[in-house]
Amino acid sequence: MRSKQTGKRWRPRVVAVALVVTALAAAGFAATTASGKPQAEETTLTISLFGDFGYHDLYKQYEAAHPGVTIKESIQDFAVHHSNLAKSVATGAGAADVEAIEVGFIAQFKAQPDRFVNLRQYGAGALKTRWLSWKWAQGLGRKGEIVGLGTDVGSLAICYRRDLFQKAGLPSKRADVSKLWPTWQAFVDAGKKFQAKAPKGVTFFDSGSNVYNAIIGQATPAYYDVSGKVIVATNPKVKAAWDLTMQGIAAGESAGFAAFSNDWNTGYKKGSFATVTCPAWMMGYIQGQAPATKGKWDIAATPGTGGNWGGSYLAVPKQTKNAAMAADLVKFLTSPASEAFVFKQTGNLPSQPKLLKSNAVAGFKNPFFNNAPVGQIFANSALRLRPQIIGPQQGAIQTASSNAIQRVEQKKQSPAKSWAQFLKDVKALQ
Amino acid sequence: MSDGTAAAPTHAVRRRSATRRRLRRVDAKVSPYLYVAPFFILFGVFGIFPLLYTAWVSLTDRNLLASDSNFIGLDNYTALMHDEYFWHAVVNTLGIWVLSTIPQLVLALVIAHVLNRSLHVRTFFRMGILLPQVTSLVAVALIFTQLFGYRYGLVNYVLNQVGIENVNWEAGRLSSWFALSTMVTWRWVGYNALLYLAAMQSIPDELYEASAVDGARTWRQFIHVTVPMLRPTIIFTVIISTIGGLQLFTEPFLFQPVQSGSTGGSARQYQTVAMYLYEKAFGGTQFDFGYAAAIAWCLFLFIAFISFINYLLVRRIRSADV
Repeated sequence: MRSKQTGKRWRPRVVAVALVVTALAAAGFAATTASGKPQAEETTLTISLFGDFGYHDLYKQYEAAHPGVTIKESIQDFAVHHSNLAKSVATGAGAADVEAIEVGFIAQFKAQPDRFVNLRQYGAGALKTRWLSWKWAQGLGRKGEIVGLGTDVGSLAICYRRDLFQKAGLPSKRADVSKLWPTWQAFVDAGKKFQAKAPKGVTFFDSGSNVYNAIIGQATPAYYDVSGKVIVATNPKVKAAWDLTMQGIAAGESAGFAAFSNDWNTGYKKGSFATVTCPAWMMGYIQGQAPATKGKWDIAATPGTGGNWGGSYLAVPKQTKNAAMAADLVKFLTSPASEAFVFKQTGNLPSQPKLLKSNAVAGFKNPFFNNAPVGQIFANSALRLRPQIIGPQQGAIQTASSNAIQRVEQKKQSPAKSWAQFLKDVKALQ
Repeated sequence: MSDGTAAAPTHAVRRRSATRRRLRRVDAKVSPYLYVAPFFILFGVFGIFPLLYTAWVSLTDRNLLASDSNFIGLDNYTALMHDEYFWHAVVNTLGIWVLSTIPQLVLALVIAHVLNRSLHVRTFFRMGILLPQVTSLVAVALIFTQLFGYRYGLVNYVLNQVGIENVNWEAGRLSSWFALSTMVTWRWVGYNALLYLAAMQSIPDELYEASAVDGARTWRQFIHVTVPMLRPTIIFTVIISTIGGLQLFTEPFLFQPVQSGSTGGSARQYQTVAMYLYEKAFGGTQFDFGYAAAIAWCLFLFIAFISFINYLLVRRIRSADV
């Protein structure tokens, strides 16, 4: 039988242990909350991107001009970044203070303008004339809320391998090459000439979907009409783009790669394809993938009326705790000086006409691409582009089209069957 | 305790010991439950509750982007049963599972048998086969994807050396299943081999000696002594492999080229049910949570059903008690 002494002795021990545990837990909790609260003017701004936008030195400039502010950047894979942003926006937590949104997703996010800070509140409305009109319009919500400010535009040109063109008996000088293909049909025809005398294992272009997306990019309207309805099935321009791409594939002009796949990357190194539809940011990509091909590349204009592939916006999700500071950072990063700086660093083309026409951009040549006047070529393409209406399902329709073209390139379906399935998949999206 | 006094216990003392006795009885009955309660509380919050909540969501038309959600009964399930892409994914999942599990477990059994004998540097081999388990799943998937590249992959390079044409692993249905199965097998064969090895080492030697006396050679010993004695372990590994294999997601997801979304290839040739769920819930711009929840519950029932079938099949291994 337990003594009264030992019987009562455990109670104070248990109480003591419970107190210690509670104190530790409270201290831990207090520590985390304390570290989250800024002391005095110390703020950390988080910015989330899907690639290297070339902002590192700009962050340092901003931090130097605003003592007490630290900028933390996080980069995620393209698809994951946008998927996470959608989740954060829907659940109201988890987004960074500044989020990059690519043009393929901007339509989906600006359809919910109430989830983002209206940058008009922070004076962005006065900056409207800075930007290309189509770029500005794409960042607005239905009632004119400024959801995102434009960073860069992809623009579009054709990067081609001069040495492979020479081997196949095609002209290789920039001006001559641009004259080869005033229209996309002429582009495909040039491809047939190329394939007739091409070195073994080399095709005219890398991927059917890249050519298709370039053609669609010039179509007005393309997938959406003015009222916001999906018109893929009825728009003859979409079918025309498809048919032209199929023509090129049937003539053996496509290497059948999926863009950004391992084989595609290796294809650059091995020279498996002679042309690739090239937005401004592709220059940096090619340089990274195949540094040994320096000087063998050149850049010519696209067929048709300019183009655009990619380009982004910076937006501030409503859930941020530093709206004013974040808006200020966005204005800084998209200011003319910053965009000019980024262009020199990464080749990402500014989205502002004044910059596009300025000497800094227009006079810019890229030695990797045989000293082509890349600034001028891409600026022309961006300035000529006509605005195109994009809708919320833009990205999903593009994925469905890429799959449809791949099925034909992989010889799994005939063009007719693949087109039918593409229309079925687009219908299922709505 | 006795303090030596012969005084009778006072009324107060008797009451206190009665209370203490009652407390001790309560303690004996209730404490075990309190000790395991934390686990079950956590399981209830993070396991049972999401399970039931998903079932509820599957009966609505919940969409992540919309602010309202309406009860629509079994509409999601009806649509699912008529959805050819869902059944396509089921076939893919079963195909990949068969290709990855059956050879893997057989191989694990053989490896365990080999490791059971006295080898030189035995511990090195035993630890070595577990190494694939500890590598990062994402890294493995990315490297194997490179190996199975169509024009420039290492596997095709080796095949070319023996005169076989390039195989487009990612594009074909069976070829993509095969490529994914090698990833899964590579990762799990060591783990299962060690499980079998541990069980084998508890088989008493007398059984082997007795069977040797009866004239059984290595192979018959394996079939008639080792495998029956391993039956519980085999059942365990089959069930675990079924549950894991039918939920396969990471390897096929990373096997895709970047632009195919989460469709598992241009013709959905290796899209598993988990990938289809992801496509409906998070892929692209749809965020159809109600439908995805229905897929999740169908997957759960499907796995339970297949596990049960497997259990019945494996039970037919002649029991060691016979």
